[in-house]
Amino acid sequence: MPQDTLATTQDLFTNFYTFEGVVRALNGVNIVVRHGETYGLVGESGCGKSVTVRSMMRIVQAPGKIDSGSIFVFLNPEDRLKAIEIVHRSEAYMESIRGCDISMIFQEPAAALNPVLSIGEQVAESYRFHLNDRMLEETLKALEGKRGHGLQRALFRRELAAIHRRDARLQRIDNELYPLDGRDDPEARSRKAQLSRMRDRTGGTDALVQVARRFPFLRLYRRRLERTVHGHVVELLRSLGIPNPENVAERYPHELSGGMQQRIVIAIALACHPTLLIADEPTSNLDVTIQAQIVDLIKQLKKTAISSVLFITHDLGLVAETCDRVTVMYAGDVCETAAVKELFKRPLHPYTKGLLNSVPKVEQAEELAMIPGAVPNLIAPPTGCRFHPRCPSRMPICVTEKPAVVEHTADHWVACHLYPKAAGSERSDPERSGPHD
Amino acid sequence: MTENLIDIRQLKKYYPVTGGVMRRHLADVKAVDGVDLAIRKGECLGLVGESGCGKTTLGKTILRLHGATSGRIYFAQKPERIEEIETGLASGDTRVRSKARSQLRGIDLASARGRTLLAMRPRIQIVFQDPTNSLDPRMLVKDIVGEPLVAQKLVKAADLPARVQELLSIVGLTRDHLMRYPHEFSGGQRQRIAIARALATNPEFVLMDEPTSALDVSVQAQILNLLKRLQHEFHLTYLFVTHHLLVVKYISNRIAVMYLGKICELGPTPEIFDRPLHPYTRALLSAIPVPDPESKQQKIILSGDVPNPIDPPAGCRFHPRCSYAKEICRTAEPPLERVAGTERTVACHRWREI
Repeated sequence: MPQDTLATTQDLFTNFYTFEGVVRALNGVNIVVRHGETYGLVGESGCGKSVTVRSMMRIVQAPGKIDSGSIFVFLNPEDRLKAIEIVHRSEAYMESIRGCDISMIFQEPAAALNPVLSIGEQVAESYRFHLNDRMLEETLKALEGKRGHGLQRALFRRELAAIHRRDARLQRIDNELYPLDGRDDPEARSRKAQLSRMRDRTGGTDALVQVARRFPFLRLYRRRLERTVHGHVVELLRSLGIPNPENVAERYPHELSGGMQQRIVIAIALACHPTLLIADEPTSNLDVTIQAQIVDLIKQLKKTAISSVLFITHDLGLVAETCDRVTVMYAGDVCETAAVKELFKRPLHPYTKGLLNSVPKVEQAEELAMIPGAVPNLIAPPTGCRFHPRCPSRMPICVTEKPAVVEHTADHWVACHLYPKAAGSERSDPERSGPHD
Repeated sequence: MTENLIDIRQLKKYYPVTGGVMRRHLADVKAVDGVDLAIRKGECLGLVGESGCGKTTLGKTILRLHGATSGRIYFAQKPERIEEIETGLASGDTRVRSKARSQLRGIDLASARGRTLLAMRPRIQIVFQDPTNSLDPRMLVKDIVGEPLVAQKLVKAADLPARVQELLSIVGLTRDHLMRYPHEFSGGQRQRIAIARALATNPEFVLMDEPTSALDVSVQAQILNLLKRLQHEFHLTYLFVTHHLLVVKYISNRIAVMYLGKICELGPTPEIFDRPLHPYTRALLSAIPVPDPESKQQKIILSGDVPNPIDPPAGCRFHPRCSYAKEICRTAEPPLERVAGTERTVACHRWREI
């Protein structure tokens, strides 16, 4: 596994078991997101780009299900080769990395924000949930040297100690759990299940603290903690270029414009300094000038705050402007992956070519080229290569056989029968090999 | 100079904001605030602007889907007649004014009612943004496309099926599609049905209200090419409302840029793209994501949002976001003035300097 891989999916199949039939949304998707890059996922609606990242976050909603395949993330800062398989991880584990190590900006900011909570509370949620220990430490530091506040200090200390205890316990469980990952004998499996259960049940609250939280007057001690969190929230909003952050923190989502709402969603996603930021069509409902603001913001953040960005869009213009590497998807299949310049200069897959030609350019002289037909229904997807009914260079083999992803030139991968497998160039190194070798 | 099919003068559309127990009239949302616009016969005029700038309202007011608050819309009138009425309306003499006002009756689309309006309807049609919402899910395709013909009593009952079939074949659908419901079609096909319905009455003018924004890129190209072909074949005049600037560039001959209920720039497409004069047009054009990773275009990032149209800024409406704004921009509203030697008009105090 190369050093710089951050997240990868292997032969991912996600299906939706609907009333009308099984929608085969993902058909063996392999993507690799590297450390420090902006990675684009492009395709038309229904091509599975959103389902791919939702699978990576494990938030595919019922009736959808990840049926097979694996997703590896490499989040350990010390050991970048240590893969964590997340398809079979517990929900509790996913909760601990969602919004913390991997966070997501959703398409529709108005729907992503809770209408009955103020902006400040929604942003603070990330801090309270993932960074509770840091918040407590800071609160304690603020209390240092002050007279009185003995009870407060004691309660905060107990709370902090409980969190530390929990973390240590989780660490112990994880240390035992990871080595078991590669094994598949019955004994290991039962031990794994037992450990996962233990992990899920591990709580982080102290008995005395719980009592204190129940009592009306005692509960007030948490105000000081709230103040710390609020300070961070305002600071974060200010760093995202939101004018008058103290005021905005007290408002509700409907009082803000679409661009501002999207900034708030970005703020929530950035609260814990994620390693990977997934942006699922962050600008598709915004105006061009606001879109330019948001894209500019994400670009700046890429330089300063986040390591990698996975950018989902259907707008090839945005891809050209923001991404380093791109994957083009069609009907649940990966068509082509390449560096952005390479892809726009030398598109290989017929779908990529068609897509690039069907976008109106700034210098558009002749008639717009078009791809005939429409995106297929994924309940009964076309056999073989899913693009074959619309493909201008269709061959008999396309109807029967799904093309494998091959490396046509260095770091330019394509899945099309037009580009037959050269010897030894099958997509092997980043994807096929297991994570532990 | 070619003839104007539609001539809009000082068109206003205000939406009242009411509040309190008595539903008191508190303020107005000035969606369209005094627009002068001429649409020439046979052209495709692109109307661009951000959401909330009033472009859709303007379009729908022309169609009289919304009633206008004030202003005149002349549809297929001789320029001399329009000028005569306009000068009459502007004159200081009350008698001349009331005479001009009486002349408006039967001519002005903005105040047309009853039979006059009904007679206008088949000549102006619309294609809506989202075909999923604009087609009745409980009607068959043949009924959807045939409905305008039946409502306007344009064909005999016996000729209806043939005409509907002809319309479907014009937009690239076959007779197999006649007996189906809208949900059985893909987005692109649904939009084709909506286009067939709009063409049913042989209109002269079709309002395209973001017809491709709900569609995928590859399908969008199909629809744009279809619309272009139809315009040639049937000598249609389009008002193409969209926020997608590259689409507008591809399809339209002239572009009108709207900001907060006003037209701020108008001119032939290539000239606007080559040398935008209004600072807002510049920002808008520079904000287009260019599908070319090599391009080194400098972006102009506008600060802030579109102001509230209930209480638009005084003076030039763009001045709070404009980097060239000076004292005069804050106080005086710039008129739409013609750029000498061209067919362009621009509403900016400082376009000569920047």
